[in-house]
Amino acid sequence: MQAVIQATIDFLKAYWAPLLCGVIIVAVLPLIAGYIVLVERKIMADMQARLGPMRVGPHGLLQPIADAVKLLIKEDIIPESADKLVFWLAPVLSVGAALLSLAGLAIGPAFQVAKGINIGILFVVGVSAMGIFGIVLGGWASNSHYSLIGALRSSAQLVSYETAAGMALVCGLLFAGTLNVTSIVEAQYNQGMWFGLLAPVAFFTYLVASIAETNRAPFDLPEAESELVAGYMTEYSGFRWALYFLGEYTNMIVVASVATTLFLGGWLRPFPRTHWLNFLDFFPALSMIAVGAYCVMRAPKQPVRVQQLFMLAVAGLCFVLALVLAGPLLLPALKPSLAVAVKPFQDGILGSFWFLLKVSAYIYLFMWLRFTLPRYRFDQLMRLGWHFLIPLSIINVLLIGIAMIVGSYLHMEGGWLIFATIPASVIALIIALFILAAEQKHQPQRAGGASDSYAG
Amino acid sequence: MLDSVLFYFFASIAVIGAVLTVTSRNAVHSAIFLITALLATAGIFLQLRAEFLFIVQIILYVGGIMVLFVFVIMLVNLDVAVRQMQFTRQKWVALVVSLALAAQVGLMFWSVRKMPGQGLAVIAAAPVESLKPNSEEVAKSLFSTYLLPFEIASVLLLVAMIGAVVMAKKRT
Repeated sequence: MQAVIQATIDFLKAYWAPLLCGVIIVAVLPLIAGYIVLVERKIMADMQARLGPMRVGPHGLLQPIADAVKLLIKEDIIPESADKLVFWLAPVLSVGAALLSLAGLAIGPAFQVAKGINIGILFVVGVSAMGIFGIVLGGWASNSHYSLIGALRSSAQLVSYETAAGMALVCGLLFAGTLNVTSIVEAQYNQGMWFGLLAPVAFFTYLVASIAETNRAPFDLPEAESELVAGYMTEYSGFRWALYFLGEYTNMIVVASVATTLFLGGWLRPFPRTHWLNFLDFFPALSMIAVGAYCVMRAPKQPVRVQQLFMLAVAGLCFVLALVLAGPLLLPALKPSLAVAVKPFQDGILGSFWFLLKVSAYIYLFMWLRFTLPRYRFDQLMRLGWHFLIPLSIINVLLIGIAMIVGSYLHMEGGWLIFATIPASVIALIIALFILAAEQKHQPQRAGGASDSYAG
Repeated sequence: MLDSVLFYFFASIAVIGAVLTVTSRNAVHSAIFLITALLATAGIFLQLRAEFLFIVQIILYVGGIMVLFVFVIMLVNLDVAVRQMQFTRQKWVALVVSLALAAQVGLMFWSVRKMPGQGLAVIAAAPVESLKPNSEEVAKSLFSTYLLPFEIASVLLLVAMIGAVVMAKKRT
């Protein structure tokens, strides 16, 4: 008994930080996902010249909380002929895999749950890929045709696009020479250039494949509402449905974070080594002040008094955040002796600001594409994956590798490598387009794609 | 202590999962239990500080092979499969084989107990900081010491892949 207690204490002593981080992530993430949904609806409304949710709170700011309450108190329906155990297990798997994969990501140089994990990117990709079981088993357990077809489509889509995404990641990892998330960002610092600029084709491949992997428009075939009601989650309601939704949005954050880490320089600010751009460090604080000032300006124009107060409160929050963001920069200027003590805070706060900004930009791009492009047909989706993206990504890895060897012979160092990798990427793109053209000449496009057995 | 707890935790999950894989009558349930067993095995790899093997086990077996398994199972009409006889009737052969296996395992336990020191407790693995980076070491040994077996294995896999494509292709 004594030994058990001692072991527990030792365990907690060694692992309290990651445990705490994990608990915080699990607690905060549903809120973040809810607000991403709100932002998505607002952006959709903006693009369609509407107002979007306006009723709950000023400008609909409390809508996610109302939605969460609604979902929690909804009746939980399990179909009569469903496989109860698997029906219960599937959404949990979906959310669990997505949340677990967040553990490998580093938000800023200091914040990482599984600190210094050697297999970083592989862990994130591998664990988040397990989420597919949630979709497949949920579709099967519902015992409904729509669900089953949605699940089949989803698994076919994920398996197809995972190859392209993996090959695109390999491209970035070739430059970094490591799987460790922190070292990847440091490699980009040393290189003086984001890997997304060194290998634009790989970044593009990853972008397309990540949209397909998160089942989002224009590749949202598994839940194409005009054909399949809601795909694999047709039979789900209330809280279980909310779990699927949470998993989906967490997956979005995960793929955006992976792309940010590997292709967009992680938590580095733009041009991290150019010293005359050091004023960019004040950008986070200044942007917060700008948002706060805008809120103060708009507050008198709100129709209801509560809404005015709410706007002012948001403005106050922005000013406090600005203080937090600027504090570590201003303190050393006032008291030089504090510079060393404040340095980690400065790196951590600014780093996580840039990281989150890049992740938000990536997610915004997802939404923009969703409201701009029409949905693909299933055979078109499969053709795009197998006949274009997979050859493109494989050729790209091959040519980038050759370009790196050539570059090392010509002593191209740091950012100069771009003169070897860009031509390689262009050649890869041209070869892939030729393959696509040859394929289509060989096999003329069938109307309707009826011979494809997976097309629902 | 922690290592022992983790090892026996994952090991028991793996064994229970494996047994349930064979005994459950529903093919999808079997697949789920097989996934559980594979994940528990990955956990044992992690307890041994073999991070790379841990994630490869998950990506290959759980994320790759089992997805295809489940995919195929869902396309098969399960009602027919349930009515068919699922267990062969070689009871006596099975009994002899499992007794032999049990004897082997028993012998192992007996000899372990006789060893000096640890007994059944798991020896704690070295702290992570003292180990070389896992994936780099695997890569080095694969591409230097074991280059020939590695290449032979990859050619074998390529042959299997091409064979599958040729067989799946429609004859025109």
